[in-house]
Amino acid sequence: MLNPLPVAFIRWIVVLPLLGAAINFLAGAALQKRFGRTAISLVGCGVVVGSFVIAVGALAGMLQLAPAQRFMLDDLWRWFDVGPLRLDIALWLDPLSMLMVLIVTGVGGLIHIYSTAYMHDDPAYWRFFGWLNLFTFAMLTLVLADNLWLMFVGWEGVGLCSFALIGFWYRERSNTNAGNKAFIVNRVGDWAFVIALYALFSGLRAVGHPTLVIRELARYAPLIADHPGYLGMSLVTFVTLFLFLGATGKSAQIPLHVWLPDAMAGPTPVSALIHAATMVTAGIYMVSRLNFLFSMAPATLEVIALVGAATALFAATIGITQTDIKRVLAYSTISQLGYMFAALGVGAYDFAVFHLMTHAFFKACLFLGAGSVIHALGGEQDMRRMGGLRERLPITFWTFLAATLALCGVPPFAGFMSKDGIIWAAFSRGPLFIWALLLTGAGVTVFYMFRQVYMTFFGDFRGTHEQEHHLHEAPWPMASVLVILGTLSVVGGFVMLPKFVSDFAPFARFLDPVFTAPATHSLMATEFHAHLEVYFALLALAVVAVGWILADACYRTGSLDAASLSGFADGIFYRLSLNKYYVDELYDRAVVRPYLFATRALAWFDLRIIDGIVNLAATLTVFASWLSGLLDRYVVDGLVNLAADATLAAGGRLRRVQTGSVNAYLYGILAAVMLILVIRAMVRA
Amino acid sequence: MPAGLTLNHFVILSLALFLLGSICVLTRRNAIGILLGIELILNAANINYVAFAFFNPAAHYDGQVFAIFVIMLAAAEAVIGLAIVLAIYNHLRTIDVAANETLKG
Amino acid sequence: MLTHPLTLITFIPLVGMVAILLCPRALTPMCKWVAALTTGLQLPIAVWIYAHFDSATSAIQMVERHQWIANYHVYYFLGIDGISVSMVLLTALICFISVFASFSITRAEKGYYALLMLLDTGMMGVFVALDFFLFYIFWEVMLLPMYFLIGIWGGPRREYAAIKFFLYTLLGSVLILLVMLALYYYGDAHTFDMTQLAARAGSYSLTFQRICWLALFVGFAIKIPAFPFHTWLPDAHVEAPTAISVILAGVLLKMGTYGILRVNYPILPAASHELAWIFLGLVGTINIVYGAMVAMAQTDYKKLIAYSSISHMGYVMLGIASFTAVGINGAVLQMFNHGTITAMLFILVGVIYDRAHHREIDGFGGLAQQMPIYAGMTGFAFFAGMGLPGLSAFISEVLVLIGAWQTHPLMTVFGAGTAILTAGYLLWCFQRIYLGPLNEKYSGLTDLTLREAFTLVPLAAIVLLLGWYPHAILGLIHTSLDHLNQVVVNAATSATVALR
Repeated sequence: MLNPLPVAFIRWIVVLPLLGAAINFLAGAALQKRFGRTAISLVGCGVVVGSFVIAVGALAGMLQLAPAQRFMLDDLWRWFDVGPLRLDIALWLDPLSMLMVLIVTGVGGLIHIYSTAYMHDDPAYWRFFGWLNLFTFAMLTLVLADNLWLMFVGWEGVGLCSFALIGFWYRERSNTNAGNKAFIVNRVGDWAFVIALYALFSGLRAVGHPTLVIRELARYAPLIADHPGYLGMSLVTFVTLFLFLGATGKSAQIPLHVWLPDAMAGPTPVSALIHAATMVTAGIYMVSRLNFLFSMAPATLEVIALVGAATALFAATIGITQTDIKRVLAYSTISQLGYMFAALGVGAYDFAVFHLMTHAFFKACLFLGAGSVIHALGGEQDMRRMGGLRERLPITFWTFLAATLALCGVPPFAGFMSKDGIIWAAFSRGPLFIWALLLTGAGVTVFYMFRQVYMTFFGDFRGTHEQEHHLHEAPWPMASVLVILGTLSVVGGFVMLPKFVSDFAPFARFLDPVFTAPATHSLMATEFHAHLEVYFALLALAVVAVGWILADACYRTGSLDAASLSGFADGIFYRLSLNKYYVDELYDRAVVRPYLFATRALAWFDLRIIDGIVNLAATLTVFASWLSGLLDRYVVDGLVNLAADATLAAGGRLRRVQTGSVNAYLYGILAAVMLILVIRAMVRA
Repeated sequence: MPAGLTLNHFVILSLALFLLGSICVLTRRNAIGILLGIELILNAANINYVAFAFFNPAAHYDGQVFAIFVIMLAAAEAVIGLAIVLAIYNHLRTIDVAANETLKG
Repeated sequence: MLTHPLTLITFIPLVGMVAILLCPRALTPMCKWVAALTTGLQLPIAVWIYAHFDSATSAIQMVERHQWIANYHVYYFLGIDGISVSMVLLTALICFISVFASFSITRAEKGYYALLMLLDTGMMGVFVALDFFLFYIFWEVMLLPMYFLIGIWGGPRREYAAIKFFLYTLLGSVLILLVMLALYYYGDAHTFDMTQLAARAGSYSLTFQRICWLALFVGFAIKIPAFPFHTWLPDAHVEAPTAISVILAGVLLKMGTYGILRVNYPILPAASHELAWIFLGLVGTINIVYGAMVAMAQTDYKKLIAYSSISHMGYVMLGIASFTAVGINGAVLQMFNHGTITAMLFILVGVIYDRAHHREIDGFGGLAQQMPIYAGMTGFAFFAGMGLPGLSAFISEVLVLIGAWQTHPLMTVFGAGTAILTAGYLLWCFQRIYLGPLNEKYSGLTDLTLREAFTLVPLAAIVLLLGWYPHAILGLIHTSLDHLNQVVVNAATSATVALR
């Protein structure tokens, strides 16, 4: 593991999408004008497909190697070399990153192709593909990074692209608001992420191995196992907790989940790619990447399990009442990410990653299906104005249904294999209430998903006549992608069958070398209760059935009145769910407004107090100089002028004496002499 | 030196001369008259110099020397004085000092 | 082969100034080209210096030392080490860019470019002078043209701003002057030579060091500008013409932190180690958070950028206060990156001000539609300002914070957290100016001209390059900075030993 195979092809996986982004951003507008949208499509899709081809080649190469040697490194150049910190721009391909690369370029490539039709009429077509390519580049950097700082480059890079694509239609103020919200909430997570890295680096520096290279971390992390940390926690707990907080930002978990539903403001392919299949799973990837670190911090794992399970149920209950077709899916995504975190929390890293993969298939399929519906309806997203689309959009319907069944965990669809594994792992390894939360969540999931299916595809069409007239099935690039993803939703799970069916699990075998920390080997642990697993699978199925029956009764047959259900307990639950438990409002009141107030107060303080003091000092100086000016003019200068004035006045008087008459002078002299003599005489006397 | 002739006699003579000169200066309106009066005053002073010098053995010839100075000065003064008077006359056609008050302040 | 690169690079602008002043009236429009040529000559010399700088040693290089005023031991002493070399490069670059950013000036061009050249000499001189007396002279030389450039070519409140700038800086200069004299007269061997002053650092008593340190700190803090001496900056920026803002933010602010690294740290190491955490660390953190929060509430585009500049300079202070090699390297890199990024931001503000003649953030809207290239460039600069990974500021802020975490974890938490606030105000500002529906009033605005693009693209290229290959600067500076850091840490250790 410490001596990975040096290779030089990994860079091309990353560079190709970057190249595409560069072409689209720098020359896209000109290309589009000159050669039309086809040129952009070719560049935009071509680079991602190219990456995918290389990745498949890499997979083939990797499978030739013995499992323990499946680590390849493409070391490009020295990034920093400062003091103890030495990092390279280096890409690291191991089974886990291999899998992620395949998902990102594979599902990503499909979504690129889908977008060529979906975005076809947009004037800024080139810009869309530029950002999409840049996103692929950033996501690949994230998963292939050999050190945590490079991973962070991708981590924030995907955030940037997410921001830009959510606000892609920037003329709508609400879209750009959503983009800002996404970026800023993500930044909160990123803040925690970097704090974790600082603390981790500092701890490793103290034990003489300052590094942030992941494979070296795996080796040296045990050295800091007992290192004291901060806030009364051990260092490892502190680091992993903050890393997890970072993950909650990117992967939209409580308490930082608020951005994801709003992010649906972006074009639907973006929601599929970024906000379902890839970017939001970055948190899962990061935790499984650093599984050796997390396994050393049981307290953190408990927190992760709890947050994940709570989010799974919490988001699912919100999904019940949403009416925007994409928002339902957004909450579903949050919920499913919660399942993955719960799996991570109980140490079932492989099931988390497995669910990540299957989720990428079926959730992308669901989003793209929703996109097809929106496309057919000319931009309509409200499910209350849909219905009966089953006949008019058959491909969309069948793929959507397949993906729904996968999401609900109906065997043998892909979601069953992964989700059931998670629920089972939660029971066999975690506290009971985690399992209970997840199981309840599974039932709720079925309910809101079938509610969506029924509202969208069944019943009568509730939109306008014009919309009905224009209804059309998706064009071939969209339809073919839907079919591929739908198929994957059905068969994608067969790489890891449940224990009670078969030992066939090449997926887990493939990832085994990554999840080396002994305590985390979920398959081994589950064997302990293995004979129970089948009953729990049946129980889960029963829950699924309950959820489906309720949804069917409420939204298809109408035997249960949904409106009266929502009136339960004076509608308090309904309102809580509809308003997303008022979390946005809470943040607005508790964080945003006080902060804005504080900024205004500080600006006032700056202008009036600090600058006021400066200006006061200036004013005082001016006043003092005015005072001294007065002193100067009337006292100092006054004395001088007084002397002059007195002389002048005296001269005016005395000049009368100057008569010009010689005789008068002579008499004056005589008188003076006499006077002197008299005075002398008197003095003598 | 005739006997009985004491310093007082000289001083009285000098005083008389001085008074005559003074009266002449103060009362005359004719500029030349005033100059003549000044000559008298100067000579009164000369008499005093010489007399005191003569009667004071410690004084050697200081008085006499000063008297000669004064005579010289008087000559110079007369020259300049008369020249001024002449100039004034040329300018104003009179040498009456009372009519001549252009230097009044 | 250049024999006197430092003299040449410092005084070439002065030659340019004379040439501009001798320009006959009929050829006044040529002044800007003379200025461009002058700075255009300066830039290759800077590159030459960059290429010939030996980064393996912390010693002073390219030394020029001649006796100047023998009676007072004043030398004409120039030289560079890792601390100054990146600043020399930055100064040459920013001056070159700012000449082109000045082309929209039409009033009294001759005087403008002459003063600009004088300013260039002053700034360059500060970074290469190693004799304290010479340093001080350059420091003052720089002040005068700046005063006139703001006071004559500035906005409506230019006189207020110029006088505020001048008085504030002068206050700082006086303190620096006093310390310079105190250091000169300390002991028997009178000298202004900074290397000698540093060599005898051990002989200064701690009290003496503390007093000098604080006086110098105030002098330099005004330039940085550190809270609470910062209020001259927003006014100066708002009133100054674009190019002058670029120089002010790009180069002038660096002199404060450069001075601390050049004077406070090597000459007063024990006091530095003792006082830095509060005056650089804490004040730096306050700068970071306070600047970001006040920026959020601004309604003037340029003022917002000015406060963001204050916020970003806080990272430099925090990094210097960390006493770790990583932090101090990050700080100097941040000085360079802040120079390039803030220069971009001010040029971008200037672009819109030239067209719309106002800077009210809420008075725009939807400009991205009308000026896509401009909006794209602004987005790039804004994200660079936010410290987005892959762009240069990320590297330096991260290095600063990694370093700072070793010594001041709590401050680091705030420093890192400000990245959220920075994203807040920059994105909000971006949204209000560039996004949303187009304000019909501005449907006639034209996109970036070639000249404007020419001023922005090189800076953007550097920002991108340093994001992926920061070694281009770090490789240059790290030997000297590691050495400096070691000097300070050692001095502190020996001071504590002496106290025992």
